[in-house]
Amino acid sequence: MDNLMLLLEGFATAAQPIYLLYALFGVFIGTAVGVLPGIGPAMTVALLMPITYTLEPTAAMIVFAGIYYGGMYGGSTTSILLNTPGESASIVTALEGNKMAKAGRGAAALATAAIGSFIAGTVATVLLSFLAPIIVDFAISLGPVDYVALMVLAFLTIGALLGGSPLRGMASLLLGLVIAFIGVDDTSAAQRYTFGLPWLADGIDVVLVAVGLFALGEALHVAARLRRGPIQVMGMGRSRGQRWMSRSDWKRSWKPWLRGTFIGFPIGTIPAGGADVSTFLSYAAEKKLAKGENKKEFGHGAIEGVAGPESANNAAAAGVLVPLLTLGIPTTATAAMMLTAFQRYQIQPGPLLMETNATLVWALIASLYIGNVMLLVLNLPLVGLWVKILQIPRHYLYAGILVFGVMGAYSLNFNIMDVVILLIIGLLGFFMRQYGYPVAPLVVAMILGPMFEVQLRRSLQISQNELSTLFSTPFTWVVYGAIIVLFALSFVIKKAQKKMEEVPV
Amino acid sequence: MSIVCGYVPTEVGQRALEQAIVETRFRGGPLLVINSTRADRTVDVNYAHEPALATLEATLEESGVRYEVRSFTSQNLASDDIVLAAEELEAELIVIGMRKRTPMGKALMGSDTQRILLQSPCPVLAVRA
Repeated sequence: MDNLMLLLEGFATAAQPIYLLYALFGVFIGTAVGVLPGIGPAMTVALLMPITYTLEPTAAMIVFAGIYYGGMYGGSTTSILLNTPGESASIVTALEGNKMAKAGRGAAALATAAIGSFIAGTVATVLLSFLAPIIVDFAISLGPVDYVALMVLAFLTIGALLGGSPLRGMASLLLGLVIAFIGVDDTSAAQRYTFGLPWLADGIDVVLVAVGLFALGEALHVAARLRRGPIQVMGMGRSRGQRWMSRSDWKRSWKPWLRGTFIGFPIGTIPAGGADVSTFLSYAAEKKLAKGENKKEFGHGAIEGVAGPESANNAAAAGVLVPLLTLGIPTTATAAMMLTAFQRYQIQPGPLLMETNATLVWALIASLYIGNVMLLVLNLPLVGLWVKILQIPRHYLYAGILVFGVMGAYSLNFNIMDVVILLIIGLLGFFMRQYGYPVAPLVVAMILGPMFEVQLRRSLQISQNELSTLFSTPFTWVVYGAIIVLFALSFVIKKAQKKMEEVPV
Repeated sequence: MSIVCGYVPTEVGQRALEQAIVETRFRGGPLLVINSTRADRTVDVNYAHEPALATLEATLEESGVRYEVRSFTSQNLASDDIVLAAEELEAELIVIGMRKRTPMGKALMGSDTQRILLQSPCPVLAVRA
């Protein structure tokens, strides 16, 4: 019951008018960037980091959580009406959602996506509220060796399992580790990779890398291919006052919503690839389970194929917060940015977070419930507005992002060298994007790298450099076993996914 | 002598097209219908996609005038494309549609109507939707 009390206290904090406004701001911005292809929640959080630095931690985290959830909602709108997924977790939604829109059932698709997201988001947040304290109790007993195992798991899944090419993912991950090690070593005070340059002695700020890769790299990438033909927007196929979903739509949607939730949440929780994998699994499950007439509709706009994956990606988004808040391990790019935000406020995420910063954590969780309600209310009536956002000429949008990013970088330390580093990393990001290297592993490695190093050295110091210590506890066996199982599974899933994508759409 | 019509798949464009057909019948020349986009935004409501183009062709076919439709992606502003086509064909008349604009909107985004009126080599007929 303790946790329930804490959660209620969290609501008391998050329901203060000023925090409600911050939550509204967050979900609004989040939905907008979710709608825009190429601009994701991770980039937005990175860009906002310098300006939210003046806010108090609770307000900033509420804004970021709103952006995170909002991004998941917004992505579905573009998937359905334009067949252009705004972010990677909505790719599967486009398969059936756009077909539905073409058949004049856009309104039903948007509604099932929004309501499914709401239900999944809420159920998953409930699971998060009750699961997190249990995991914390367990996590306190974990030693450095166990953390090393967990981080190896996070590194490998983010580097090798996400995205198309394991090799490129690992390359990006290792590059991130190298950048993370630039600067003065905490233990020995030796300078590493600084080439005797004084401005490298403090290391490279994570925010610079994130803004450089997500904002500058992406903006340059879009600028390099600015002129593609415009995309046709599908109408919603709904006249004023008509119902969004018919009775049969509801009947066909509620089971996929729940299934999606319970597929998405565990996948988000274990560091096994975030939201994208869960959407694919949910889609596959719905296709298998559909019967008779409904099964034939798959590939021509089946509502189950929208309801399931859209719930799954929102549930996974909440699931990702479990390792973030309990272990301090980010498993997606956006979670990594939120972790960075914690660190900027001198708050160390980890098992002790819920004890030392209980007010903040529970206010954050409460704001997730509130944000979900806001998103449901905001989303459907404002679809017209979201589509309008897509009419902004792209050069204005990206020029704005560049200016904003550079200003933010300068405001970190008021040091012009930071801007130079930002531009160099931006160029790096552009070429990575151009040649198909994912940037998320790099950012996650930069954040986890130093923590990994500390824990690894601590383990080896305790065992006096005996390497077998890394496999010495039962927990490590479970984790390393899980890695092997995950890789075997991912091989099977990737194959199935490829088969699905080969089917002519 | 040919007539050039700037077309967009909205009410404005529809009015311009109707007027252009009337003028073509009256003056006799072939009708060139232009729709172009700079492709600089994700969604361009003024760009005619397949269904809109099909309706356009059907309307023109039914009217019985000699016509040509040019739909393309261009580096230029829509107004420049129309003026260039008029110069190329030594057109007799340009027909365009226009809509109510706010001073602020014009200041920010400019006005294609205004540019066509000021740059056109021939008389311009502007229809209000």
